[in-house]
Amino acid sequence: MRPLGVLLGRELALAWGRGGGPLPALTFYAGMTTLLPLAAGPEPERLAAVATAMAWVALALASLLSLDRLFERDFEDGALDLLVLGEPPLELVCAVKCLAQWLSTGLPLAFAAPVAAIALGASPALAPLILLCALIGGLAFAFVGGLGAALALGSRRGGLLIAVIVLPLFAPPVIFGGGVLDAAGAGLPWTSGLALLAAWTAAAASLSPLAMAAACRNALD
Amino acid sequence: MAEGTHSVPPGAAYIRARACGADRRLHTPGRLARPCGRRGLFAGWGTRRVISGLEIDDLAIRRGERTLFEGLNFSLAAGEAVALTGRNGAGKTSLLRAVAGLLRPAAGEIRFTGAPDAAEARAREVHLLGHLDGLKGGRTAREELRFQSLWAGGDEASAGEAAARLDLGRLLDLEVRKLSAGQRRRLALARLLAAPRPLWLLDEPLSPLDAVWRVRLGAIMADHVAGGGMILAAVHDPLPIPARALELGA
Repeated sequence: MRPLGVLLGRELALAWGRGGGPLPALTFYAGMTTLLPLAAGPEPERLAAVATAMAWVALALASLLSLDRLFERDFEDGALDLLVLGEPPLELVCAVKCLAQWLSTGLPLAFAAPVAAIALGASPALAPLILLCALIGGLAFAFVGGLGAALALGSRRGGLLIAVIVLPLFAPPVIFGGGVLDAAGAGLPWTSGLALLAAWTAAAASLSPLAMAAACRNALD
Repeated sequence: MAEGTHSVPPGAAYIRARACGADRRLHTPGRLARPCGRRGLFAGWGTRRVISGLEIDDLAIRRGERTLFEGLNFSLAAGEAVALTGRNGAGKTSLLRAVAGLLRPAAGEIRFTGAPDAAEARAREVHLLGHLDGLKGGRTAREELRFQSLWAGGDEASAGEAAARLDLGRLLDLEVRKLSAGQRRRLALARLLAAPRPLWLLDEPLSPLDAVWRVRLGAIMADHVAGGGMILAAVHDPLPIPARALELGA
């Protein structure tokens, strides 16, 4: 397992070094949650009604940022060859890259999500649940996003292709997470929604590495 | 396909040395090797087999509509070096990438002697050094040396010894983007020494190096081959060690 630890350290260092770590995504997130109320109108009641939904959708969009470099930079400079010729299976390599993406982007965004939701008018009592949903959902966004990044390898306008591939796959976690927060805000039972969100995340984290590895091999051929 | 005379120098020493445990003896005498045995989650990931040859049967490679070559047969035994020549676009790089498993051949077979599973052999027995060295311009040479060495199966100590042998000491704190092409190539070569693997696939290894380093790389290659290693190198200039010639597209 040691090479995978070394790889995780490198991925995190790369994310922090060149991309500024979570800063672009956090800035984008802050920008979106600032602009949305400006467009939606000044009434606090109207804003509070959609606060969690806005925070949640903005989170999904913010996790799209920096995905385009996830595999592309290693593909362009030959590091992907080296990763393929390493001892750990390529599937695990892909999973580690997505995990690093989550640690460097998804995790800070998850802690920003309750702040954004409360600032928009959500009840502070919802904060722990928003954090939990953002942590679980963020993992799904990272793995599904990694799948899009691997499929877009070597194509021109890869960033656009990633968004087109990934957005439909973002729909289920957005629906489940939004449903959980909506139900919890209305005092209704929300555990089944959370279970569905966790199930989607588990499926994404376990299945997408297989597809990512196949996509990487295909891009190198 | 022109192939020179086939001679098999004794390569058994390398195989014995690497059979279990002492697999670092090749370049770094006297150091403790990592433990043998299963370490990973997956069957076969962790068990150590050593390849003692490469056999290529009736290989054909196509890129798009174009057939680069077909009907290629050759073998490489422990302790041998083969210099792969041919005009630009003859398929030298494609052949190296096919041996490394990165490119699917259109026909034919690539076998590693002593390893029933080619994928497993590639994951631990093969180094590929191509034009693209995988080094990140924004990271320091030390960080990249450490990552590439540890990823390929070396450790901190072997990475340090490789850096010393390639005279990288003064360059380690520089960002990779600030290195010259020759310095960069030496940095990329470090993982070959830090993580001993028997089969080296080298694509134009000499091209960015100066005269002094061509001689020194020759000595490194000679050591590798003398220890029972194998080298398959695509070259335009002659290799600085005795090597069998294989011309593609002749």
